[in-house]
Amino acid sequence: MRAPSSPEVRAGEVLLAVDDVSLSFGGVRALTGVSFDIRKGEIRAIIGPNGAGKTSMLNVINGFYQPQAGRITFKGEVRKAMRPSAAAEGGIARTFQNLALFRGMTTLDNIMAGRTLKMRRGFFWQLLRYGPALNEEVEHRHRVEEIIDFLEIAAIRKIQVGRLPYGLQKRVELGRALAMEPELLLLDEPMAGMNLEEKEDMSRFIIDVNQQYGTTIALIEHDMGVVMDLSDRVVVLDYGRKIADATPDEVKRDPEVIRAYLGEPGA
Amino acid sequence: MQPLDPALDTLAKLLIHNARVMGERPAIRHKNLGIWQTWTWSEMLEEIRAFSVGVAELGLKRGDKFAIIGSNRPRLYWAICAGQALGAVPVPIYSDAVADEMAYVLAHAEVTLAVVEDQEQVDKVIAISDRIPMLGRVVYDEPRGLKDYDHNRLIAFEDVQRLGRKKLAEDPDCLRRWEAAVAEGKGKDLAIILYTSGTTGRSKGVMLTYENVIVSSRNGNAFDHLGPEEDVIAYLPMAWVGDHVLSYVQSYVGGFCVNCPETPDTVVDDRREIGTTYAFAPPRVYENSLTLTMVRMADAGPFKRKMFDFFIAFARRWGEQILDGKKVPLGVRILYAIGDFLVYAPLKNRFGLSRIRVAYTAGEAIGPEIFRFWRAVGLNLKQLYGQTEASVYVTAQPDGEIYADTVGTASPDVEIKISDGGEVLYRSPGVFAGYYKDPEKTAEVLTPDGWVHTGDAGFIDHKTGHLKIIDRAKDVGRLNDGTLFAPKYIENKLKFYPNIREAVAVGAGRDFVCAMINIDLTAVGSWAERNNVVYASYQELAGHPLVYGMIAQHVDEVNRSLAEEEVMAGAQIHRFLILPKELDADDGELTRTQKLRRGLISERYAPLVEALYAGATTAEISTQITFDDGHQGVIAARVAIRDLKPYPLPAAAKMERAA
Repeated sequence: MRAPSSPEVRAGEVLLAVDDVSLSFGGVRALTGVSFDIRKGEIRAIIGPNGAGKTSMLNVINGFYQPQAGRITFKGEVRKAMRPSAAAEGGIARTFQNLALFRGMTTLDNIMAGRTLKMRRGFFWQLLRYGPALNEEVEHRHRVEEIIDFLEIAAIRKIQVGRLPYGLQKRVELGRALAMEPELLLLDEPMAGMNLEEKEDMSRFIIDVNQQYGTTIALIEHDMGVVMDLSDRVVVLDYGRKIADATPDEVKRDPEVIRAYLGEPGA
Repeated sequence: MQPLDPALDTLAKLLIHNARVMGERPAIRHKNLGIWQTWTWSEMLEEIRAFSVGVAELGLKRGDKFAIIGSNRPRLYWAICAGQALGAVPVPIYSDAVADEMAYVLAHAEVTLAVVEDQEQVDKVIAISDRIPMLGRVVYDEPRGLKDYDHNRLIAFEDVQRLGRKKLAEDPDCLRRWEAAVAEGKGKDLAIILYTSGTTGRSKGVMLTYENVIVSSRNGNAFDHLGPEEDVIAYLPMAWVGDHVLSYVQSYVGGFCVNCPETPDTVVDDRREIGTTYAFAPPRVYENSLTLTMVRMADAGPFKRKMFDFFIAFARRWGEQILDGKKVPLGVRILYAIGDFLVYAPLKNRFGLSRIRVAYTAGEAIGPEIFRFWRAVGLNLKQLYGQTEASVYVTAQPDGEIYADTVGTASPDVEIKISDGGEVLYRSPGVFAGYYKDPEKTAEVLTPDGWVHTGDAGFIDHKTGHLKIIDRAKDVGRLNDGTLFAPKYIENKLKFYPNIREAVAVGAGRDFVCAMINIDLTAVGSWAERNNVVYASYQELAGHPLVYGMIAQHVDEVNRSLAEEEVMAGAQIHRFLILPKELDADDGELTRTQKLRRGLISERYAPLVEALYAGATTAEISTQITFDDGHQGVIAARVAIRDLKPYPLPAAAKMERAA
């Protein structure tokens, strides 16, 4: 489906580095000494069996959780304790495993909401809808329409998101994340609960986003097949530890990965 | 026939003419990024000319064939005219055709260039390119996803235009040469090859000349008084003659504006925004809108539902008479006006039909109830009988002479006759020049003195003087006792029920008639929701005993209506079953225009047919299914069979058969 990553991407500049990160909730250790990096322009997958700590890892990158140990470097700067909104302003956008859309709002409004951070005019200007505020809205709307066209959701532009089938809601959520024009896009199980056709559509959109906008993508996925076709490099987590970090082909052959997914032979 | 003006006998000449006489009027619109973009006739001329000179630079020349693949977009329509200006022949192809079909047509037509919509079509063409050796460059409209493709062969539409504009700017003689090439075109020249997705065998390339399409369009425009004020929406496949004539030739001849929807999924909203005045659609479109309305109304509150039911019943009683301008009591007029305000106008507006002056249904017979429904609410819906080989028009219903079960009188300049075997034949200026590279097939259909065999059985109705079509001539058969069996006639009666999407009647050479039925997922799904029927898949819903019960009622009603007709009474349905999968064009069971492929269906579902006649109560079937992404699977099912008690035959029919 996708050409193997070019040498530039493999050797590319590091956009985000995770160093020796550990996270626990009370006595439960979600992550233990995990290190890896995400390079500019690549599609990076984080995989692992249920409960391996994938979503925790994403929440750490996103600033939602503070790790007890280790550090995170984003665009060359070591990040201190931060709020998710700061991550968003810094150029990290994400989607959620269980969707977090405004269900009563239309597709268009949901994606427009993704532009909030880019709005420069204040509340009163927006209220007036006049002059600079109006121009600004036209400009944002244009950008949003490009995303609608890109994701092929023109037919549902004015439909309330709550009434849409699940696969389309996922696409709207991706649209909202794209509206932020992120440098790093985090996707939490983008294919969960989809049928084969929807999965193929979503894979194509992810590749297109990466190629068209050059957006760096980190995705968590359960479905091994999808990940192998899609990503440049794969990190494998198991019980909060990193057990592999390589290209999809290498990971597929890695005995430890096979063990983590299929269990001990004879066990 | 009034001969064509030699200055206006090709599409490219008409384009230049329109740009001169109505240059500032809108010619085509396309909704892009949520906003309607308009091109006037003079702007469109500039776009087409630039592309035309560009493809000439790429090597397209007089007599070459080139393919058009994609949904209705201005640039694809421009490409047709741009190639025709050079004397090349466009070959539009159904964009949902599977690779094998596409490869056959491209190779048969010997196309040297393809103009395609997007990455999806580029992928398809590349995948089959080793089977079409003469294919050179592939031009694409939508660049998304194609950045990393090998551009030795691919080229963007804009880049071709840029090439053309550069050439036009650098070489002062270029414009004159292009205009000379246009002037060289003649009405007798081959204008287009349209491949028909026949119900049997490989598709055939119907060759139409400029004279064919332009005279037909001129007559069509005159018949319905279509002028530059019309707005149409182009949403039917570009490879279908109906779209080609309506959205392209009639627009050039009449000077009206064609609107291209944003995407194929947004047609209803787009039509509503534009408010089209002239429409052409297969019965399925009217059927689906009605089904959708009925489903929505079933979910509406009791007050709305009562109001809807009352006014629809009222419209069914009086609406058609009002539409035809007949005299009705004043009270009726007043109540109809109230109904219009409350129900009919909002309903038509919902489907973008408020401004419609003339709407045609063609391609297949329409259920009389569906037809009357739309007319009752004030839509001037008419029937038309046409063929690709006729450049559409064979017969059409004149205003004020509308009947649900006829297809009208001969169109202007068309002669029709019925053969001894009951087949309909016609002769007209629109009659095609032959099937491309297939003189044998041409000779089968086209007589030396210009008559075309339609392959349809029909008769002229004595009451109205209109033509009535009953079925495909080759499909009309007889039961063992000699009763006439017209499968489509029975199927259409079944398909009137919104719950039934498709039906296959069998019975030729048998003792009685049986039917295999496809449920409509939208309608039955909504019914299931209201009746607490739980299901996980189409197959499960189709096999549900309650669904069987409901369909059995419909079949019984069809039998009752068949029993009332002398000729058809013996062809009542004795047994039926519900198919576990939808009949689908991807599985070859329907044509691309959604007609049944009987031969293939009777082969594939042979075990079911045998079980129907063997008296079994269930049957096993395993059949192939093609998913939308092209990969295939097999579904296996055990299907239940239901028996029905036929109604007694009217005495007259019994006597006739006894004699």
